[in-house]
Amino acid sequence: MSDKKPSKGAFYLQIIKDGIIFKNPTFIQLLGMCPTLAVTTSVFNGIGMGLSATFVLVFSNFFVSLLRKFIPSKIRIASYIVIIAGFVTIVEMVMKAYLQSLSESLGLFIPLIVVNCIILARAESFASKNEPIASALDGLASGLGFTLALTIISAIRELIGNGTLLGYNIMGENFSPALLIILPAGGFLVLGFLIALVQYIMQKGKGEK
Amino acid sequence: MLNLIVISITAILIENFVLVKFYGCCPFLGVSTKTSTAIGMGMAVVFTMTLTSALTYPLYWYVLKPLGLEYLQTIAFIVVIAALVQIIEMFLQKSIPALYSALGIYLPLITTNCAVLGVALLNITKEYNFIESVVYGFSAGVGFLLAIYLLSVVRERMSYSDIPKPFRGFPIALIAAALLSISFMGFQGLKLPF
Repeated sequence: MSDKKPSKGAFYLQIIKDGIIFKNPTFIQLLGMCPTLAVTTSVFNGIGMGLSATFVLVFSNFFVSLLRKFIPSKIRIASYIVIIAGFVTIVEMVMKAYLQSLSESLGLFIPLIVVNCIILARAESFASKNEPIASALDGLASGLGFTLALTIISAIRELIGNGTLLGYNIMGENFSPALLIILPAGGFLVLGFLIALVQYIMQKGKGEK
Repeated sequence: MLNLIVISITAILIENFVLVKFYGCCPFLGVSTKTSTAIGMGMAVVFTMTLTSALTYPLYWYVLKPLGLEYLQTIAFIVVIAALVQIIEMFLQKSIPALYSALGIYLPLITTNCAVLGVALLNITKEYNFIESVVYGFSAGVGFLLAIYLLSVVRERMSYSDIPKPFRGFPIALIAAALLSISFMGFQGLKLPF
């Protein structure tokens, strides 16, 4: 687009890069740990959870940003939570109607998207200070970053703990799965090692400069 | 009476809210670097969860259900929790300033602790009556307190150890939590004698 200022395009690009990689909500900012640990027992669940959260993030960021001048700062957190809860209820009802099995396996963690710290953090730190379009884009980028993280974690857990990926057997018939990895303890363990890996890469990157 | 004991032991040990069910992981990992703050946070959560269970029960069964508004439960419950935390904060500030300053910034954080909303929703799913709901809320809170206390003790000891650089901070806390979770798996074999 020729009428768009180049700085705006660069700003949007920065938002996307930050949300997905440089400020990845799970690996770098360490937010939203409960769903990250709980639903990543299979890739299908991980992606389902990530996309649901992305949907809520985009719309809650957009509306928080639209209303940012009307919400009194004293009750802003409560107002944000009500906005978020509205969209979570939409996700909950749509999923119950069309994706019965996913809704059952994610269970209580669908309504619990309301208290996912990523969504409130983006509303508070980005949407309450920026334009609606940029905020919606920020929601999309953070949501995709979250989805990416969930997909990586759930792929590792499903592969080691169950020998499958998206339900297809990968490791062959004779593979005996390490059940521990899909048990609760495995969630903590896999995430711990992944974050250590991210920190290792970042420390190495800093050391070279 | 017996089923109350079963509910309570299940919520604290067998299905520990944090280590087995993953509710409330954010404060569990975020506020567990020091034992004193971990206990403060745990106490505040026990208190809020008990009160939340007591308040959301009549809200659901006497207001939302008769009006056919069950689908509003998530919104209604989170509003109750946010208001409750605000009231507790104002009450403590006026009447018990010492406790208020000890809990400090952790109080508003309780609103976004998913264990609190989780227990309110679970009470409805499990169709507990009023007494059972309150006992479940209280026990789940105690389970949270136990888990965060144990992790904070481990982390305080670890702060003196020589941990490989990439593992410092969050990753080693997660691995400690994994070991705690493995030891809590032992309780799953617990056969209650009644």
